[in-house]
Amino acid sequence: MASLLNASSSAIFGAKKELCVAPCSSMAHRSRRHASNKVLAVMAPAQSPRTPSASGSVKHAMTMTEKILARASEKSHLEPGENVWVNVDVLMTHDVCGPGTIGIFKKEFGQNAQANPDYKGVCHIALAQEGHCRPGEVLLGTDSHTCNAGAFGQFATGIGNTDAGFVMGTGKLLLKVPPTLRFVLDGEMPNYLLAKDLILQIIGEITVAGATYKSMEFVGSTIQGLNMEERMTLCNMVVEAGGKNGVVPADEVTFKYLEDKTSKNFEPVYSDDNARFIQEYRIDVSKLEPLVAKPHSPDNRALARECKDVKIDRVYIGSCTGGKTEDFLAAAKVFLASGKRVKVPTFLVPATQKVWMDIYSLPVPGSGGKTCSQIFEEAGCDTPASPSCGACLGGPRDTYARMNDPQVCVSTTNRNFPGRMGHKEGQIYLASPYTAAASALSGYVTDPRDFLM
Amino acid sequence: MATTAMAAAAISATPSTVKNSFYACNNHAPFLSSCRPRLSFHHRLSSSPLTLPSLSAPKYSPIHRHCAASASSKVDASIANFHGPCYVLGDNIDTDQIIPAEYLTLVPSKPDEYEKLGSYAFIGLPSAAYSTPFIASGATKTGFPIIIAGANFGCGSSREHAPVALGAAGSRAVIAESYARIFFRNSVATGEIYPVECERVGLWKECTTGDIVTVELGENRLINHTTGKEYKLKPIGDAGPVIEAGGIFAYARKTGMIAAPSN
Repeated sequence: MASLLNASSSAIFGAKKELCVAPCSSMAHRSRRHASNKVLAVMAPAQSPRTPSASGSVKHAMTMTEKILARASEKSHLEPGENVWVNVDVLMTHDVCGPGTIGIFKKEFGQNAQANPDYKGVCHIALAQEGHCRPGEVLLGTDSHTCNAGAFGQFATGIGNTDAGFVMGTGKLLLKVPPTLRFVLDGEMPNYLLAKDLILQIIGEITVAGATYKSMEFVGSTIQGLNMEERMTLCNMVVEAGGKNGVVPADEVTFKYLEDKTSKNFEPVYSDDNARFIQEYRIDVSKLEPLVAKPHSPDNRALARECKDVKIDRVYIGSCTGGKTEDFLAAAKVFLASGKRVKVPTFLVPATQKVWMDIYSLPVPGSGGKTCSQIFEEAGCDTPASPSCGACLGGPRDTYARMNDPQVCVSTTNRNFPGRMGHKEGQIYLASPYTAAASALSGYVTDPRDFLM
Repeated sequence: MATTAMAAAAISATPSTVKNSFYACNNHAPFLSSCRPRLSFHHRLSSSPLTLPSLSAPKYSPIHRHCAASASSKVDASIANFHGPCYVLGDNIDTDQIIPAEYLTLVPSKPDEYEKLGSYAFIGLPSAAYSTPFIASGATKTGFPIIIAGANFGCGSSREHAPVALGAAGSRAVIAESYARIFFRNSVATGEIYPVECERVGLWKECTTGDIVTVELGENRLINHTTGKEYKLKPIGDAGPVIEAGGIFAYARKTGMIAAPSN
């Protein structure tokens, strides 16, 4: 089941370090040298159009991630472990890291940097909604959840301000090619499960460092049945397993989503049939149950139903991971099915302006025309807040919904390390929007099947 | 002047003075002392076999934070040694614990905010698990130039402020079992701290906060003087010269990859 590597690729296991800028030295275990004249091309004028990666010219089988990086580095072929200079298609930064990044750019390149802020909301969701995510491209961002965009079949990963300043000035970055872990998810998605449960299952399986320096590829019939926002939730949390990037092959669902969002041409890539993966995991989704990640680690996996005695103080539904339109529709579905009011303060923070508007305008299926906002109001949730990252990462003391006391919170966010949402002794249970809504209704960590079945 | 001071320092082979010679400035100041990296660690002479000169830590100047080696000295990783008390942490120390989000409004390129960022390093650690504060109450710099940690150090957010805060606080190296990739990249790109890997799984369990250790980058060795144990380190490799130069931009200019800024 696991695809084995041939001898020449075994070198990757020794290459644990991330790449470094080193024009004249080679990795000890590789005989190929990276020519220093290639490095000087950093300041070369604009490149000629890249040649399409016609599969006929590919000499060796490559995974999706390897193909994207090969094209972006203008190589016909590359292997995991290689350090390559990659042409970056899109660079993203946000209000937290933007000033720092632009400061570095100005300091190092002395150009007149221009930024036109037009506040949309959480960067990763805004990128997707504004049509900046396209199959086959390389997207870097000054945020760890940039991997969110892998849902579009592109290479997307997080970097720091200094690297980003470098990309701003040169359009390139030196990246090490990651080997790929493949996750094959098959089976019909039960109506009480969401993509959040799938990724919590996987992180719980491989641990918070299980995918360090690796790419995570998600395929299978279940994946094909997920909409774009669900695919984003899946790729969003690969970083919680240490993953460098996550990818879902682009298909009709992707193209349909992009139809009205971008007019730029793009060229999807797909893993070759005999591409090499360092590990393959097969998951029968129909056998899974709703999960939580208990304090204080995203890999501290447990069945939601086994935590039913955990009394909670609050529920938070928001963030790039769990604050998209589909996430709120899911939560609304549970509140609708129950018809009761929440027992604890329930905070709703839409990721973007668009999501906020959807909450107030989209009819919830089976509700007789009610919007999410109406259902939330009837259930006694807090009024949906202005779009932002909100309390997902704590932030300044006065951040909406920040945990300033040592309370227990069920959250649709992505991390639950100590102090993540504010108070160091706060206890955060990561969960899907279904599980979060169910927990809000009962005042305890609750399996959503209690309401959905 | 710098050359003479360096040569004199190099003769006495104690690790701390060797380190000083490594950080000689070029062009910015004629005297060694004005460019010495900030360190105000305690010297414990009791069980150490080495003679520690009583250095008075000079005032740290953030403007000259990254001092490239002077052209007349041949500096390489073999001279980079760090010595002093270590601060010990376990596995999966994430960047929120290193520097919580509420401090991210501080911009590291501003010297006073850089210092302030350093003063908050590791403020996110739960006090129940870490009773010794990384930075003593009222202080702005750490007494621990070396950090020893378990696996997956620096996981979580991509915030570059994490290695910057550690460097600004006065730490020189982290010795960990393994690193999260973004933290590793950021440490190298900023040149703020050496992210060294140790081959020994569970190293952190054999060390206690306050143990006096020496990190010999050139020899790939960690010596815990308090316990008497030695550990093999993975070579810092290509990352070394980048950090020594002061980060990727300094390195890129030094090696001619990019032109110096026009202003």
